Amino acid sequence: MSLENPNAIEVREAVKRYGDFTALKTISLSIKDNEFFTLLGPSGCGKTTLLRMIAGFEDVTEGAIYLYDEEIAGLPPHKRPVNTVFQNYALFPHKTVLDNVAFGLQMRGNSKADSRKRAGEMLELVQLSQFAGRKPSQLSGGQQQRVALARALAPQPKVLLLDEPLSALDLKLRKAMQLELKHLQRETGITFIFVTHDQEEALTMSDRIAVMSSGELQQLGDAREIYESPRNMFVADFIGETNLLGVSVDRVEAGQAVCHLGGGHALTCAAVEDVAAGSDVHLSVRPERLFLTPEAESADGMKATVRENIFVGTDITTLVDLADGPQFTIRTSNSERGNKRIFEPGTPVFVNMEHGAARLLVD
Amino acid sequence: MAGGATSGGSAVTDTYKEARNWLLLPAWITLGFLVLAPVLLMLVYSFLTKEFRGGVIWEFSLAAYDQFFFDRGLFGDDPAQIEWTYIAIFWRSIWQAGVATLLSLAIGFPTAYFIATRPEKQRVIWVFLITIPYWVNLLIRTVSMRFLLRDEGPLNSFFMATGLVDGPIHMINTNFAVQVGLFYSYLPFMVLPIYAAVERYNFTLSEAAADLYANKWITLRHIVLPAVKPGVVAGCILVFVPSLGSFLAPDLLGGAKNFMIGSLIEEQFKGNAGNWPFGAAASMILLTMVLIILVIYARAQARSDKEAG
Repeated sequence: MSLENPNAIEVREAVKRYGDFTALKTISLSIKDNEFFTLLGPSGCGKTTLLRMIAGFEDVTEGAIYLYDEEIAGLPPHKRPVNTVFQNYALFPHKTVLDNVAFGLQMRGNSKADSRKRAGEMLELVQLSQFAGRKPSQLSGGQQQRVALARALAPQPKVLLLDEPLSALDLKLRKAMQLELKHLQRETGITFIFVTHDQEEALTMSDRIAVMSSGELQQLGDAREIYESPRNMFVADFIGETNLLGVSVDRVEAGQAVCHLGGGHALTCAAVEDVAAGSDVHLSVRPERLFLTPEAESADGMKATVRENIFVGTDITTLVDLADGPQFTIRTSNSERGNKRIFEPGTPVFVNMEHGAARLLVD
Repeated sequence: MAGGATSGGSAVTDTYKEARNWLLLPAWITLGFLVLAPVLLMLVYSFLTKEFRGGVIWEFSLAAYDQFFFDRGLFGDDPAQIEWTYIAIFWRSIWQAGVATLLSLAIGFPTAYFIATRPEKQRVIWVFLITIPYWVNLLIRTVSMRFLLRDEGPLNSFFMATGLVDGPIHMINTNFAVQVGLFYSYLPFMVLPIYAAVERYNFTLSEAAADLYANKWITLRHIVLPAVKPGVVAGCILVFVPSLGSFLAPDLLGGAKNFMIGSLIEEQFKGNAGNWPFGAAASMILLTMVLIILVIYARAQARSDKEAG
């Protein structure tokens, strides 16, 4: 932690307990200045609890939270220079759109006229100027979303917290808003902390992602790291689609682990720490990194039979049964080149893996 | 074929309308017999001539209204002057009911807010506790209040025992006693509608306000209150209106000096000394007053909604 560039948020060994139930088990993480940071996990993993602890709506049972090197865990929400975009927007129903956006500015001591002027500028930024005089209930979901965003950004918070803000929008609007949020973060230079259970959303928008489950931090890294080098079973399974297979390690040599899976199919992949010969571990291979060939291309090709092809538009998903072994899911892009690798159900084929595609998972 | 289908459709609508009229009949009967008829009866009686032993003579007369507003001397032949006695009683009633309503609001709002913010299972118990005293007859509750407020009552004994005061505080037969009595009589009518409104309130709005740098007081005034206003208004009306016409609390706690409109009306119908047309006229004036207050409120509400919208 250098002095010129302190972390926007620093969570140090924070614990949250409700009576006997522990919602958050000793979490430590740093969120950098000007970062788009995402807390990702299934519902009940503690991501919203952590966000609410940063906002000040939940107190910290143990540990500390720092905002630009200042301890904030004891401050009430209205004294923290962070703002929140709530899941269901929580717009004030009796106030106009303009007054909703001006509220925070006015509470920070700006004059009414000044607040309204700046609120108007914020509405311009989210392209809602023509709706300034309306009540929130007269706007569509997507528009309300933008008002909530403008309202939270107007007082120029040091950190913006977003609690699943896109979950109520339909798919198309959600995709558009994802990009818009990303651009807005770049333009304003404000640190965004975004909570979501949608892994695709997280991968699309984030500089870094913290994957959480059952109140614990599972992995922290950028999108590519999380997707390509999952640290454990949970992360591999939760992020994207994958083939998770139980394998036995035969031997480890020169950083390579030679393993076999059900049916005696052998394969070699990069070893990870803590992996020893004779142990039973799991292996994760993404479906798009597998391909089928009519003849064995290398010694690693595994004999299989095509069971089913499923057309999903951009891709074709193929299910194959390994001879005496487990089932594999393979994704092939729906392109001229890809279509040459599609075979009719019942065809005997060989399953091949791209180099470095398989990843061993210790737990 | 097409024509047949169209007429078939309208036949269905007709049947529906007819059924609806029949189904509404019980409501109309109830309204007619229990609301309209009694009010009309009072209206008619207020324009009749009084019989000396109670009851009425069926002869049109404005005497009741005249007696309410004008003083024509002992023998009724002096020039008419404004009669202040009844107007003063009226004014006192409005004042007493108003103070009782404010007291109920001051105590009832925090109570309702407290109950509505308890865990869901506890709320039923709190509401139950609030309503328990009201299973006891109003008369008995008012008499008990008299006992509490007496010079030798438990309140004064407590104050004197703790050395707060040297002698008893005189509370019985004062305006204050009436206000407390009215407040206690109708408190649940304030608590319950506000409780219902606060329970429906989306507390994320309070979080949003706190997040936007509003302290608790500003959040309450600018975010919570506007949202639960319908409940507050309902509570105020439900306490103010019966307080205005109440006669038990003023009679038992206020003594002769603190007469209210309800007692005035009650006396006109009690025993042989009454004056039925005068009682009916006072009732009609009371009803008109209440309606005027409600209309003024509704107008103001509509205007402020229009301005805000």
